[in-house]
Amino acid sequence: MTIAPFIIEVLQFVILLCVAPLFAGWAKMLKCWSQGRTSPGLFQPYRDIVKLFSKDVALAENASWIFRFTPYLVFGSAVLVGGIIPILSTDLPLAATADVIVLVALFAIARFFTALAGMDIGTAFGGMGSSREMMISSLAEPAMLMAIFTISLAAKSTSLSQMVQVIYSGQSLFRPSIAFALLAFILITLAETGRIPVDNPATHLELTMIHEAMILEYSGRHLALMEWAGMMKLFLFVSLGIAAFFPWGIAPAGDLAAIPVAFIFLLLKLCIAGIFLVLIETGLAKMRLFRLTEFLGAAFLLATLGMLSHFILE
Amino acid sequence: MSEPIDLAFSAIILLLSAPVIAMLLNRSQHLLITAGFSLAVAASALAVAAGVWTVSNGTANKMILVAGLPDLPFHLRLDPLSGFFVVVIGLLSLFVSIYSIGYAKGFLGQRRITSLVIFYCIFIAGMFMVVLADDALIFLISWEVMAAASYFLVMFEDERIENRRAALLYMVVAHVGAIAILLSFGVMAGLATGFKDFSGYTFDAMRASQFPVEWAAVAFFLAFFGFAAKAGVIPLHVWLPEAHPVAPSNVSALMSGVMLKTAIYGIVRVTFDLIKIFPWWWGAVVLVFGLVSAVMGVLYALMQHDLKRLLAYHSVENIGIILIGIGLAMIFASVKLPLLAALALIAGIYHTLNHAMFKGLLFMGAGAVLHATHERNMEEMGGLIHSMPWTAALFLVGCISISALPPFNGFVSEWLTFQAFLLSPSLPGSLLKLLMPMGAALLALTGALAAACFVKAFGVTFLGHWRGLRKPRVREANWPMRLGMVMTALVCLFLGIMPTLVIEWMDTIPGQLVGSKMGTSAGAFGWMWLTPITHERASYSGIIVFLGILAVVVISYLLLHVKPGTIQRVPIWDCGFEKISERMQYNAASFSMPIRRIFGFLFSIRQRVRPVGNGHSAFPKRIHYSLRIRDRFWGWLYRPVADVSFWVSRKVGRLQQGRIQAYLIYSFVTIIVLLVFSI
Repeated sequence: MTIAPFIIEVLQFVILLCVAPLFAGWAKMLKCWSQGRTSPGLFQPYRDIVKLFSKDVALAENASWIFRFTPYLVFGSAVLVGGIIPILSTDLPLAATADVIVLVALFAIARFFTALAGMDIGTAFGGMGSSREMMISSLAEPAMLMAIFTISLAAKSTSLSQMVQVIYSGQSLFRPSIAFALLAFILITLAETGRIPVDNPATHLELTMIHEAMILEYSGRHLALMEWAGMMKLFLFVSLGIAAFFPWGIAPAGDLAAIPVAFIFLLLKLCIAGIFLVLIETGLAKMRLFRLTEFLGAAFLLATLGMLSHFILE
Repeated sequence: MSEPIDLAFSAIILLLSAPVIAMLLNRSQHLLITAGFSLAVAASALAVAAGVWTVSNGTANKMILVAGLPDLPFHLRLDPLSGFFVVVIGLLSLFVSIYSIGYAKGFLGQRRITSLVIFYCIFIAGMFMVVLADDALIFLISWEVMAAASYFLVMFEDERIENRRAALLYMVVAHVGAIAILLSFGVMAGLATGFKDFSGYTFDAMRASQFPVEWAAVAFFLAFFGFAAKAGVIPLHVWLPEAHPVAPSNVSALMSGVMLKTAIYGIVRVTFDLIKIFPWWWGAVVLVFGLVSAVMGVLYALMQHDLKRLLAYHSVENIGIILIGIGLAMIFASVKLPLLAALALIAGIYHTLNHAMFKGLLFMGAGAVLHATHERNMEEMGGLIHSMPWTAALFLVGCISISALPPFNGFVSEWLTFQAFLLSPSLPGSLLKLLMPMGAALLALTGALAAACFVKAFGVTFLGHWRGLRKPRVREANWPMRLGMVMTALVCLFLGIMPTLVIEWMDTIPGQLVGSKMGTSAGAFGWMWLTPITHERASYSGIIVFLGILAVVVISYLLLHVKPGTIQRVPIWDCGFEKISERMQYNAASFSMPIRRIFGFLFSIRQRVRPVGNGHSAFPKRIHYSLRIRDRFWGWLYRPVADVSFWVSRKVGRLQQGRIQAYLIYSFVTIIVLLVFSI
């Protein structure tokens, strides 16, 4: 057993923890620019996190252990997912722990507890956020799985590292099914990470809040963990998309020299992904809650079309 | 004790001796609770030992009892399949019996529990007998014993009219199903001997014979109908959400957790063991029924506000998921893909075990809540996590498991089912290939909706504040109840993080039924990774997921708690409104409102909003809101059947004149007709 994969694994964790806020800052900066505002700078998310960590926690009187445990669990599951997705290299000791279905389920358990935490205090806001979030996720999750299944049918595997290797070997490029799956995946990423047009991360208006409503009662280090985990979730969804659809640059197994190149590729791809994200966010308006069924239905339809075209055309 | 079947048989004898003990101890109800349920604990433990032994051996052993009708002795057989179900039944009844020692104390001083103990033990014995039966006769007798005992258990609190109605409905559906099963066995037994003599009634004779295709189809669909009625497959599910909630909670746990599983056992036994050769479309029918039950079950569950009813609808959903696995196994087996059939069959029966555990746990938790608050309506509840910390934590384990979230057990079997779906490209035929993706999508939808439903169930019951007007004094469940639930929760966790061990143990079942083992540790990995087919294809390690999350949680917790005393307890932030009240919380109806709006077309919903009091309609003093949601199947299927049978019986009733002369004429005509036919 060589030590190299373990070093890469640790590197991935470091990148996850450090680059995720950077990516969030990048998206925020671009958004400010595109709307003609002055941006708070690339490093504002770090400052926010540090500030929140140094503050005391104000906890509602009837908060139970669920409320206090949730930030740690959400953070923990995000970190674990970061160790499984091939961000730098496919040669990860943790890669065999979970395939894509498990990754989806790990996001689901974080969401399950966040929704419970929203209901824990007993305010109307929290319950509203939980109810809406579970509605959206119950429509987004099948679409997500369908998109993933389409790729995994092409790759004959649900393991992400294996998918990357198959795409490397040039077997499943530029197929119609993959294109449909990619479109569906983009729509779902917007829904799952709470971006416009599904949810607005910057709002605190009761009619439009979804994710923010659930974590409204959090403060101090708990809020810091939730915010950080939120940034990691965005980063992880983008990395998941990169690994499944644009894996070029990810280092193949046993190639240590390719790691710096992989890192540069990653940053480049993140820059581009950020630009795309901001283009979508500034180009669209937030949807009404019950219009979302059409949005998520479209995602599901696209994913299903992808799967059908896999069976019919390929 | 030389053979496992002796152990299992002695467990049944032990359980059947319960009535004697109950009669003897009738005077001292306290002692009866302890003695009766301890007896069930001991018998269940014996049965579990027998089952585990048989499954790991992979051999079958038989027993012939010279009882019953002359020349038609009872045959018993314990093979890996029945051994597995003996373990499922035994394990849950072991935990539930421990729980019952505490739970039944709640009835002391209110009613006599003698009948509860008697029928509880007979009920468990009936279930054991069903899975041990090796001929049609003892199978049907045991089936009826089980049904009758559970009928009396549903009727236990018989002063309420809803309980009597539910029990009657249950009895009717159970018997319609039993008739179908009887006919199915009749077809198979007749064909086994060519309608010559009675020796075809043993399962051995049925196993040995080859049925013609069309008769096999008749036998299969009769049996499927009969077992589906017992399992609560949609559209035969209506009795289930009526009967399960009104039974005492320990009985609900057994009925939902394991009684439904005897029907699954029946389907697997008849299909894979007795009929053996079948076309793929049978599997497709089972798969479609499974998918419909799964999705509709969870959607109906989401609309409920009675905690136990909600859980009962989830049984419909989970039976659906099990049938998906079995349907896939049938499809794969019929096109001669034994390895994939083994995977799908394992997925189905692993979910059977998982569902028994987490549904048992959830019903026990609901029972503890009911016991403490005397309330079944979730709209009234809230904040119980503070007064019932144990029950809340254990109920949460059940919620996570049933929502198919890692690292608990429900996820493992759903993951395996997904893997089976993803292997569908190896199937011939484009119709099948198109069915599969839709199936996978519906299963995904089911899982996501189940999570939404259990956020609602747990959130509304245990979190927030008490929603009702008067908060009762709530006390935590007593120790036997906690112990029963803790053990079930631990098994849920074990099945979630150690699936490889369990699947290797039960791999003898597909080995015998579909002719191939799944072989979990394919590839280079060891016991920690579950790798169906190959490790390149897919892998999952529950234990690493569990330990990984645990490690990050502990590390981040320790890092952040270097400074003590940095948490301040403050009142809820009320936006400066200062009149925030418990009634403003989200409740069960409001939580499920978005989903109700999206999937509303599936239900018959009547919603009324009415301002109360005088004044301008734009500024009502109070608003009266009522919501009624009904199962559409009542109107579609049951109302017409009920109407027709009433109509027929009214017409037939005309024959009853009440005059002896008319009756004598009837008898005379009947004899003449019979004589004509016999010539």
